Amino acid sequence: MKRLVMIVLAAGLAVTACGGGQTATSGQQRVPVTVFAAASLNNVFTRLEPQFEAANPGADLRFNFGGSSDLAQQIVHGAPADVFASANEAQMKVVQNEGKVTGTPEPFVTNVLTIVVPVGNPKNIHSFADLAKPGVTEVVCAAQVPCGAATKKIEKDTNITLSPASEEQDVLAVLSKVQAGVADAGLVYVTDARSAGGKVQEINFPEATKAVNVYPIAAIKDAPHTELAQAFVTFIHSPTAQQQFASAGFGAA
Amino acid sequence: MTQTKDPHTVHTGLPRVLWLPALMAFALIVLPVIGLVVRAPWSRFGALVTSPSALAALELSLRTAAVSTLLCVLLGGPLAAVLARGTLPGLRLLRSVVLLPLVLPPVVGGLALLYLLGVSGFAGYVLDVAFGVRVPFTTTAVILAQTFVAMPFLVVSLEGALRTGEQRYESIAATLGARPWTVFRRITVPLVLPGLGSGTVLSFARCLGEFGATIAFAGSLQGVTRTLPLEVYLQREVDADGAIALSLLLVVVAIVVIVVGRPRSAEGLR
Repeated sequence: MKRLVMIVLAAGLAVTACGGGQTATSGQQRVPVTVFAAASLNNVFTRLEPQFEAANPGADLRFNFGGSSDLAQQIVHGAPADVFASANEAQMKVVQNEGKVTGTPEPFVTNVLTIVVPVGNPKNIHSFADLAKPGVTEVVCAAQVPCGAATKKIEKDTNITLSPASEEQDVLAVLSKVQAGVADAGLVYVTDARSAGGKVQEINFPEATKAVNVYPIAAIKDAPHTELAQAFVTFIHSPTAQQQFASAGFGAA
Repeated sequence: MTQTKDPHTVHTGLPRVLWLPALMAFALIVLPVIGLVVRAPWSRFGALVTSPSALAALELSLRTAAVSTLLCVLLGGPLAAVLARGTLPGLRLLRSVVLLPLVLPPVVGGLALLYLLGVSGFAGYVLDVAFGVRVPFTTTAVILAQTFVAMPFLVVSLEGALRTGEQRYESIAATLGARPWTVFRRITVPLVLPGLGSGTVLSFARCLGEFGATIAFAGSLQGVTRTLPLEVYLQREVDADGAIALSLLLVVVAIVVIVVGRPRSAEGLR
């Protein structure tokens, strides 16, 4: 038994020692800046990382990508975030209402919905109304999540009621079902359609502008590294960053 | 270990060092549930768990889990018998393959089902062209996903019972001229009933909690494919209180299942 205890203790020591070693070597006095960002920002933020770090040599950007509501909950429950970039204003409000935001959150990009169909567009879909045609299996986001709320708003504005085969949790789930060919069409954000590359076909429709999704960004109060957090927020608004957003399909805020 | 009342059995005693880790293990299981109970919105609890969407999800969950469990018994039972008593070469490999759904993340299982039975999958293509049947986004898809993930629970517990069980009676019956089917029906099945019971309870519980494979394969639509776990996950987006209330509902159902099925399953495991 004694030996078992010794082994457990030794293992514990080894683990903590390793952990310590790692921070010592990779840190090199660079300050970690933790950015909680909506999953749809993944591509652009990752591309911007080297540029920001080059401009701020002391900073070491770390991302936590996820659903905006998950991230908001994590921040409210005390996750050590420096910056929050949300895919909608509602989740930023959640964080703001808990007094966790410094200053006013500022919109930095927008996103609109688009129709995605499998390559070749087998069901001949060219408009929002086409989705309601009989024999079309369409998949949308549930009304509880931002992309679903936008879908509902367009349905209301156009007086076209969809009867989707499934109301998914997020755009990626919608996208994967169209990609897999089990759905004939889906409603996702323009940026998601772009990031899918050539695996789906994108069909823009004019009514999409009736539901514009605004992305706000803010530094978190009592953040471990306020100054660099603020620097990142400023950087996101810079022309360099904005250009990257535009090429990914985001609209200007 | 020795729990028999036989006075001749020497009580070996439990090493005291086991108590602390045992207590910690128990706390790890129980404390999070207590956390849920403490945080639950009790004043609105009734309203939250009887909302139309919650009731639809509960009903769908119970209905699909019942059918899936039945499928597990009807298909997994014979599979367990083959694995335990069969004399095929390569049976060991087969046994490991059966465990696959246990070790795979359920969402991977769901994707696998999707790429098999989706319109672009080969089985899905055949079904669609030959019969005009599309499985994804139907309640059938939910049942398939649940059966996929729950099957190993039944097979493993039943196979264990079959292997450790007494085989003497079966040989005696056989020497007395009973045919294999009669031996199986009259001797084998009654002997492993406790193991079958525990396996059934475990599979039902697993079906009830199924999430990843369902959301990946069946989608999420109220009354059709949105089971209780999917409803919890979705509610969380808008109303944390609602999600907690629904989670507790799921906990209650799970406890009922375990308590109702426990005496048998405990026997079966012994």
